[in-house]
Amino acid sequence: MNEGSKKTIKTLCFAVLGMFTFSFALVPLYNVFCEVTGLNGKIELRATSNKNIEIDNGRDISIQFVSHNNEEMPWAFKPSEDNIQVKTGKYHTATFYVKNTTNKRMVAQAIPSVAPSNAAAHLKKLECFCFEKQELAPGEEALLPVRLIFDDELPSSINSVVLSYTIFDVTDYNDIEFAQHDSEHHANHEMEPSI
Amino acid sequence: MSAVIESHGHDDHHHGPAKGLTRWLYTTNHKDIGSLYLWFSFAMFLIGGAMAMVIRAELFQPGMQIVEPEFYNQMLTLHGLIMVFGAVMPAFVGLANWLVPMMVGAPDMALPRMNNLSFWILPFAFFILLSSLFMEGGAPNFGWTFYAPLSTTYAPPSVTFFIFAVHIMGASSIMGSINVIVTIMNMRAPGMTLMKMPLFVWSWLITAYLLIAVMPVLAGAVTMMLMDIHFGTSFFNAAGGGDPVLFQHIFWFFGHPEVYIMILPAFGIASHIIETFSRKQLFGYASMVWAMASIAILSFVVWAHHMFTVGLPLAAELFFMWATMLIAVPTGVKVFNWVTTMFKGSISYETPMLFAIAFVVLFTIGGFSGLMLAITPADFQYHDTYFVVAHFHYVLVPGSIFSIMAAVYYWIPKWTGNMYDERLGKLHFWLSFIGVNVTFFPQHWIGLAGMPRRVPDYALQFADWNMISSVGAFLFGASQILFMYIVLKTVMGGKKATPQVWEGSRGLEWTVESPAPYHTFTTPPKVN
Repeated sequence: MNEGSKKTIKTLCFAVLGMFTFSFALVPLYNVFCEVTGLNGKIELRATSNKNIEIDNGRDISIQFVSHNNEEMPWAFKPSEDNIQVKTGKYHTATFYVKNTTNKRMVAQAIPSVAPSNAAAHLKKLECFCFEKQELAPGEEALLPVRLIFDDELPSSINSVVLSYTIFDVTDYNDIEFAQHDSEHHANHEMEPSI
Repeated sequence: MSAVIESHGHDDHHHGPAKGLTRWLYTTNHKDIGSLYLWFSFAMFLIGGAMAMVIRAELFQPGMQIVEPEFYNQMLTLHGLIMVFGAVMPAFVGLANWLVPMMVGAPDMALPRMNNLSFWILPFAFFILLSSLFMEGGAPNFGWTFYAPLSTTYAPPSVTFFIFAVHIMGASSIMGSINVIVTIMNMRAPGMTLMKMPLFVWSWLITAYLLIAVMPVLAGAVTMMLMDIHFGTSFFNAAGGGDPVLFQHIFWFFGHPEVYIMILPAFGIASHIIETFSRKQLFGYASMVWAMASIAILSFVVWAHHMFTVGLPLAAELFFMWATMLIAVPTGVKVFNWVTTMFKGSISYETPMLFAIAFVVLFTIGGFSGLMLAITPADFQYHDTYFVVAHFHYVLVPGSIFSIMAAVYYWIPKWTGNMYDERLGKLHFWLSFIGVNVTFFPQHWIGLAGMPRRVPDYALQFADWNMISSVGAFLFGASQILFMYIVLKTVMGGKKATPQVWEGSRGLEWTVESPAPYHTFTTPPKVN
């Protein structure tokens, strides 16, 4: 076999390895891409660090809250109010009611999603129950708060936003680190569910 | 065992093939391996076809008559997987093995031992895949696109065997394409510059690069599935922080180039056959090469048109819509070149030419329905209906499969030294042509009327066209038995073929005797 062939083979083997690596690199790339652009309605699972985004003359936005249970998740989970009116640049707090309807201790994780997806980048949360896993004893219930603000750069075409939470049973995944928060925020937003 | 060693000992590299079964097991000859690939592909075509017959038999009438819905889903999944990975792809690799070295004037493929390996792992892959039919929980039942979490959380236990089988198929394809690229890039006869290569060689060079780029991504996708199922990761499991939509992105990043992998070699074949039987030089050789290269490059930026309904943002839907429509331009160039080649040619209609002309016409119909599907707002209506089934069967059956049949009729005199039976060949063509259209054309209508795909039962208003579609499918299926008979008859004997075989054929493979000697071009020919 001549030198040219050997070189071609080597290049091609590298290309194969490179593309295999690339397929795994797509996972973080996809998450970063979705987070940066807010596509897919993905929003950051961490508290906003910028607290100086409050303004006085914001415009009216209607938020609809939606709750889902993933697969066979047996908990009761629903927003306290289905619909609230907020102003951009003002903090608002909403709550979700949750109850462990089973007779065993369970851990849950809520995952948010925003529609329309281009609103996601402008929705900031100071605190959210979705930053943490929620552990409830059998029959225990709780009101889970989310404190949120729309920054003033929310596109003017958007007057109403849907904020949806899906609650997952993560009892079996309990030891796996879930939300991507720094330890600093972890300390600040530790909150025990209480009624 | 001693017999094995003995026959190996007698294997003299300068004479004909070794004797007995071990010839096929140990062979490193590109012609032997090409034949193995083609026979394997035909066996898979019959198995996948039998599954299609089960599907069409169940859909013959509304209501459940023949199989259970669970088994129907397994048939649907295996039919797709076997036809894509077992029938179409190995057939093209087989043709590449037979033809690429002869067309570029090389003595063999660049890596003959790897060539042997890449073929012989394939039967194991499909044995594993098919054995899952007899496992507890049945065979994979999630469709050939194996969307997570259907293929992870809700999959039957046999999914692990499916993953292993896909890994083997991927390894085989990657080795095959490395072989093709190294052969084409380094072993061309002196004087054969890249822009003098036959178009089939060009089409395979581009296809092989596509395979190198996307088969590892497919391997990555099934590896992630494996890890989600067995090792507690959550790539595609939303409960663990993963995203099922990510699976679709990764899958279609592989999947869209894959559909061009299954059609580009067909473009090469059609170019040769139309040129030969029009007795004219191909119109627009350079534009054919550029069109194939542009199609290949564009194939990497259109994957999300399979996912218009997952909730993509408007900007992405617009981008993928326009990028998809852009592919119609180089494809249109190719169709115009074929038509212009035929224009004012002295055309004769032997069987390969009939298949090639049908390829151009019916592939174009499939291309047009593809354009309709590319229109994002319209796709919301067409998505997951029989219209999609009609579209991809039009590009795959009278597209890829017809081109493979055309290639078999065109080159079989070179392979066997015998002419096939022209009368039977034409009969096979007309039965297939009528069968394919009766099967798939009505599926456009029932799809537009709203019949969803992947269902074992359907609403009453779709009954008539489904029955007609099934009748067409039985006709198409039965006529492939005739194809097998014609091929076997040609292998056994027939009118002797001349070296050139066809009046208008040109290219290095037509300068050697028919049948092609076991070793060709041991001294490279000179190309002007």
